[in-house]
Amino acid sequence: MADHGSLERLGLKPEDAERLLKEAREFKGESLWSDAWRRLRRNRVALWSMYFLVAFGLMSFFAPLLPMRNPAAQAPEIQFQSPTLNLGDSGYLQEYAADDKITSEEIVNAYWPEMNSLDVLFVKVRLAVFGSWQPGFWMGTDAMGRDVLSRIVWGSRTSIKVALIASLFSLLIGVVYGALSGLLGGWVDNLMMRIVDILYSIPFIFVVIFLITLIGDYKQALEEWGIDRMVVLYLVIGAVYWLTMARVVRGQVLALKHKEFVEAARVIGASTPRILFAHVVPNVLSIVIIYLTLTIPAVMLFEAFLSFLGLGVEAPEVSWGILAADGTAAINPLRLFWWLVVFPSLAMASTLLALNLLGDGLRDALDPKMRGKD
Amino acid sequence: MIRFLSRRLLWMAITFLLVSLVSFTLMHSVKGGPFSKERKLDPAILANMEAAYHLDWPIWKQYLHYMGPLNLGDEGWFGKGEQKGSDPFTGVLVGDFGPSFRYQDFTVNDIIGQSLPISALLGVVAMMWALALGVSAGIASALRRGSGLDLSMRLAATGGIALPNFVIAGFLVILFVFLIPLLPVAGWGTLKHMLLPGFCLGLGFAAYISRLTRTGMLEVLSQDHIRTAHAKGLAPRTVVMRHALKGGLLPVVSYLGPATAGVLTGSLVLERIFNIPGMGSHFVNAATNRDYTLAMGVTLLYTVLVYSLNAVVDLAYTLLDPRIRLEDQ
Amino acid sequence: MSFSTLSPTARAGLGLTLLAVLLGGALALARGARLEPADFTFNNGTEVQSLDPAKVTGVPEGRVIRCLYEGLVIKDPKDLSPVPGVAKSWDISEDKKTYTFHLRDNASWSNGDPVTAQDFEWSMKRMLDPETAAEYAYQLWYVKGAKAYTTEVYPEGHERSGKAKNDPETVAIHALDDHTLRIELENPTPFFLELMGFYPVFPVNRRALEEAQRKWPTTWETRWQAPGNHVGNGPWKLKSRRINDRIQLVKNEHYWDADNVAFNTMDILAIENSTTGANVYLTGGCDFLDKVDASVVAQLMPREDFDPQPYQGLYFYRVNTTKPPFDDARVRLALSLTLPRELICKYVTKMGQVPAWSLVPPMGDYYTAAQADRGATDGTPEANLEQNIQRAKALLAEAGYGPNGKPFPPFEIHYNTLEAHKLIAEAIMDAWKRHLGISVKLRNEEWKVYLDTQTNLRYDVSRAAWIGDYMDPNTFVDLFVTGGDNNKTGWGNPEYDALVHGAVSEPDPAKRLDMLHRAEQILMDDLPILPIYYYVTQNMVAPRLGGFYSNPQDEHFPKFWYWMDDEELAQKRAAYPADGGHNLVDPHGPAAGLYSPAAQRRRAAQ
Repeated sequence: MADHGSLERLGLKPEDAERLLKEAREFKGESLWSDAWRRLRRNRVALWSMYFLVAFGLMSFFAPLLPMRNPAAQAPEIQFQSPTLNLGDSGYLQEYAADDKITSEEIVNAYWPEMNSLDVLFVKVRLAVFGSWQPGFWMGTDAMGRDVLSRIVWGSRTSIKVALIASLFSLLIGVVYGALSGLLGGWVDNLMMRIVDILYSIPFIFVVIFLITLIGDYKQALEEWGIDRMVVLYLVIGAVYWLTMARVVRGQVLALKHKEFVEAARVIGASTPRILFAHVVPNVLSIVIIYLTLTIPAVMLFEAFLSFLGLGVEAPEVSWGILAADGTAAINPLRLFWWLVVFPSLAMASTLLALNLLGDGLRDALDPKMRGKD
Repeated sequence: MIRFLSRRLLWMAITFLLVSLVSFTLMHSVKGGPFSKERKLDPAILANMEAAYHLDWPIWKQYLHYMGPLNLGDEGWFGKGEQKGSDPFTGVLVGDFGPSFRYQDFTVNDIIGQSLPISALLGVVAMMWALALGVSAGIASALRRGSGLDLSMRLAATGGIALPNFVIAGFLVILFVFLIPLLPVAGWGTLKHMLLPGFCLGLGFAAYISRLTRTGMLEVLSQDHIRTAHAKGLAPRTVVMRHALKGGLLPVVSYLGPATAGVLTGSLVLERIFNIPGMGSHFVNAATNRDYTLAMGVTLLYTVLVYSLNAVVDLAYTLLDPRIRLEDQ
Repeated sequence: MSFSTLSPTARAGLGLTLLAVLLGGALALARGARLEPADFTFNNGTEVQSLDPAKVTGVPEGRVIRCLYEGLVIKDPKDLSPVPGVAKSWDISEDKKTYTFHLRDNASWSNGDPVTAQDFEWSMKRMLDPETAAEYAYQLWYVKGAKAYTTEVYPEGHERSGKAKNDPETVAIHALDDHTLRIELENPTPFFLELMGFYPVFPVNRRALEEAQRKWPTTWETRWQAPGNHVGNGPWKLKSRRINDRIQLVKNEHYWDADNVAFNTMDILAIENSTTGANVYLTGGCDFLDKVDASVVAQLMPREDFDPQPYQGLYFYRVNTTKPPFDDARVRLALSLTLPRELICKYVTKMGQVPAWSLVPPMGDYYTAAQADRGATDGTPEANLEQNIQRAKALLAEAGYGPNGKPFPPFEIHYNTLEAHKLIAEAIMDAWKRHLGISVKLRNEEWKVYLDTQTNLRYDVSRAAWIGDYMDPNTFVDLFVTGGDNNKTGWGNPEYDALVHGAVSEPDPAKRLDMLHRAEQILMDDLPILPIYYYVTQNMVAPRLGGFYSNPQDEHFPKFWYWMDDEELAQKRAAYPADGGHNLVDPHGPAAGLYSPAAQRRRAAQ
């Protein structure tokens, strides 16, 4: 409980301190989160952004259910077709739709390599509901005559997954590490930050190549542990991005730690973890959210770069980063295949915009200084 | 201050050694070497080539040779007699990063000497306009929070972050080179060559900075001392410039350390698109070529840059925020 | 004192000064670097490894080396036959094992020294020397004593055990006098003269090298090829060089044939990105480039400056024959029958690549390649495909896979990271999945890891390519001998080995080619590799450029290049076939042309 020596310095009697603490506990009443949620609901821009993101997430999750063209079906005769608005036709899966004999295996083979049984079920439902109908090439076709629209939708599954997992990973490590470092101060802080400096400078490309060869050599052993290329991909991205996060959080904590409420908490003898999670973390959340919304686009492009090194999604699977990167050759003065670049970039930009607006809204909602003010 | 700097210097030396040790071991333990080619070499020739670069030595000895300045021999520790050992008085510790494996007519010092100024110049230009644009947009956005101006600034900033710079660069090339022939398409040499890559390089940073400025400013503007300043009747402009900006720029400053190190050492993507002979491509190419010395050279250079810039950032922190003491650093 | 204690005015002043200094520096740098456009500029596609002929391998390096150095013979740009270079003539002994070269007496180095037979002797032995560690040393191993000189070390127990023997006298290359060089070979080697025109055997200047060794005892290797120190004997000399940017050349007035060299200055760029390269070409920044991106080929094909021609290269897939199910030849044939070669050539590579059914690319009348089983060919494409699919399925069933047997195990197509390889692999994956109902995935790897995976047979099916070193089937057939360094499939066949090794010492050319053909047939029946297509050149060449010819090795010789004037250009254009593939574009270069001094005199005389 309270540290009596410091209480005396503040001119408080132990009984007063107990009373103050009790009052504080009663005052809490409304939790941080429900308060934040209440304020977030008032912010219309943030709210719409959230709806947009939820809708996008649902679309991405239920992609196999949508009446879209097959994202993997190649038709080289119609390569590089510019976007056309037509109602649609009956498609690639026509032969299957006609009779009900389509097997799960055939669906996986025809559609997409990474499909679980739920996805296969979705495809079956889609065939039952929409038959073989599919829209025209609303966003054009790529070099192998595949439909860009459905590739963007299917690619979102990878990109969202990578962005979420990797940035949560970096968030978790970065915030805890940075906050601890800043809070503990002294030689611990110094040591922790110097470790970050070292990790910062180690050429990650070699780390990636090293990991790739490890996966290659110990493939079976690692797969028994559930570690495959995608897991390593998340780890690598998280490992690269937590460093900046840690530095930023530490900087913010340094600024916070001499503030009255932290001093006060220390004075009344709160433990370091309690100070960390109850007082410091909520106060750095706003800056953390902003960093996170800035990190996610970088992560999406970084994933495309890692797949260049051989770590990441394998064709025919795609991600937004890969779609955009593959489209670069399409921007040339001889013939501008703009749809190969513009649509994936737009998908990325609109998602990230929503994410940023939501991030701003969350920042405001979580701001402890705004609590109880509206 | 002096204590702070000398302590940082000591830490930098330790970091430098550790980074060099870890990176060196890592590089030499990944698969493929500088001489692995599609056409597999005759073992005798490969042995000759490896011997010429002392790649046949045990790794610890190669590391000592690389760091120098030691006269190491093929057998035992030190060179003696007619043995062709390593050359004395070379090595990283005397500022010699050795010859490049891939670009055999250049030492790593030559390569860095040629490409770093180019990247640095481009980086400084990009950073200056990114700072100018980003900070002013961020402040404007924070002051007019929730207005149309704020929203459109945030839209533009998100665009700058979310649109990959190769996409923006590609379209700008089409626009300003082919449709409106104003600028050269690629290369390095004149001020005109710098405009498009400088713009594209700075764009992402500007967007980032404006977001950070806005957040930082909002944070500060709600604080008591700003309210006090307003209450004292100071002109809003004075409040912002004198009092709020200092604190509001904290997140930007902490971002600037690594960002400047990044921008000075070049951008792979833009260097490829605009064919700029900068440093950025070496980070990736040296790794994929297994050009050990060049990869080590750029890594160590980056280490020193990041480290010094971070020290500057920490110093700037204490200047901007009086509550942070140097002892905390 | 700290920054914050300065007055606002002082701070602003400081900031402005800093800004001004930086901008001023930028401007000064930018002005200083302004370049005059050269007479001719070409994109070499990458930064070269070195300018030292003994140290390099690769096409871009070859192009630069041929500008800076010249060998005993050079090659005719049209048909690549050897023509006199520094040697004005040569004698070949009866047994075809001794070559005597007679050097011209007016050949000189760019520093004015004469080029002598001793220069060649010294340079070739330097290249063979283990201390030089030349990657291409084996190119000279046809010479008596050469291989031993490069590879032999003192045996165990000797006081210098493990050290190279290093006795240059054991190599049968001897300067008889300043202008006569004699080289003795182990075996008669039909392409030895061609080899003398290959850049690794070009001479280097001993004086320049030794001077550099004196001046920079530890770093001379990175100094002696630098501008200012470089000495060559080629048509041009080195003026300046900036890494990853450009190499600037100026005409070498000491070159014996300077009278026949047109361009006084030449810039060599190192643009790696093919889109950027094409953009630079299209804006007139360079006049020749050797690779374009497949996505714009449809737009390039109708242009007069893009005219792909076949050359000696094969794109193929290796199959790991040590691993089930690929150890079964029936499985490999089934994969080959359903490999969509035509589709790849038509829709993915698009430059007129020819679907490949043999290891050796077409070599005209010189050699007829042995063909793999093409399956049905006499019906409509659809009917053929259907027939081949049925046959492939039957083959798989025979091998025990399919509806009534084991499921075919899932496998991966392995390739090195590149968009073009990815598209081809995707097309093949799609075809195998759809036609054979088997599960295929792709796996890309970064180049050096990819090589390691391939060498150690840790793949199922792996992308590969081979470019012929010389115009002879041996350069291809030699690859797949049992345990060969570049076999990398685990495949081996004693009969094949016997034929390939026998061909080396077979004196009768017709018999020799027949032996190689029989060997190739064994390979094509067994299919440890799946041929996909034969390469074509991707050169974009300014229409006004004269002296440039397509040839089967895609080797080009800047020495013969010049700018045509309008009249000659019109003549060239008048001769275009009316095939829709020669739409006129900006010809680049000066309207008046740029001819060598000798050509100018000839034209004036007419």
